[in-house]
Amino acid sequence: MSETLANDLITPDADAAPLLSQPDVSMLKAAPITRLSLRARETTLKDAGSAFGVELPVQPMTCEIGEKRAALWMGPDEWTLLAPADDLKSTFDSIEGKLEAHPHALVDISERSEAIIVSGEKAVWLLNTGIFIDFSLEAFPVGTITRTIFHKSPVMVWRTGTDTFVVEAWVSFMDYVSGLLVQSARELEAA
Amino acid sequence: MLLVYCPHCDVERAETEFSCRGQAHIARPSDPSQTSDEDWVNYLYVRANTKGVYAERWRHIHGCGRFFNAVRDTVSDKFLKFYKAGESMPDLEALAKEAGK
Ligand SMILES: [Zn+2]
Repeated sequence: MSETLANDLITPDADAAPLLSQPDVSMLKAAPITRLSLRARETTLKDAGSAFGVELPVQPMTCEIGEKRAALWMGPDEWTLLAPADDLKSTFDSIEGKLEAHPHALVDISERSEAIIVSGEKAVWLLNTGIFIDFSLEAFPVGTITRTIFHKSPVMVWRTGTDTFVVEAWVSFMDYVSGLLVQSARELEAA
Repeated sequence: MLLVYCPHCDVERAETEFSCRGQAHIARPSDPSQTSDEDWVNYLYVRANTKGVYAERWRHIHGCGRFFNAVRDTVSDKFLKFYKAGESMPDLEALAKEAGK
């Protein structure tokens, strides 16, 4: 896992037992993190980026990574900004201060979702048990970020390494998502 | 399952990520309080429901969340064009001809 993007930001929760540990795929709960939802217009992106510390990506489904910061493209006027849990107030205040005079919406959504780290050579296989997306590296290169549907739950999928994905779901859906993934992974053991 | 192209994400995804919101290019009356009941009913409920080539609003609800428009042949379910909301309606007859209808 040392080769993944944002590995100073997305870290396994040291207090949580692994959700899955098989030789070819594992699932770890990620530690809490600051998540900010930003809706803003094109003219304010530069200011928002400089206040946050990382430029906001304008290319669909991409991310920009800095030291302990990540900006994720969610839509043409929507970004999710990630920072360490302790930096919530300082990050929020510095962006809010810079954008004060412009129409925008900055909302703390840190506790809305939980993340798991799915990694291993069978990670793609496992995700494809519930997601209809081509995860080949040509179609979905490292750094790609998208919202989609896992079975019946909305999720966010972020490829942080060739064989590593961060999967986020709303807190109340996470048992469903991780539970189904664990169940599907048993097929690998049986094979 | 239909494959739908989102012009905002620039990607083709399964229909389950989208929701279809009916006929496109229906303008909301600019002054609702001056609009007659009949006109308001037309705006709210009356749709062409074409059998054939039809321009619809779609939303990438489980992706970028944005609205866009698509031209679909309601008989074959084939999409003929996708374009962003705000762009003008393409020539449906020309698209139908191109598709051999
Ligand atoms: Zn989209």
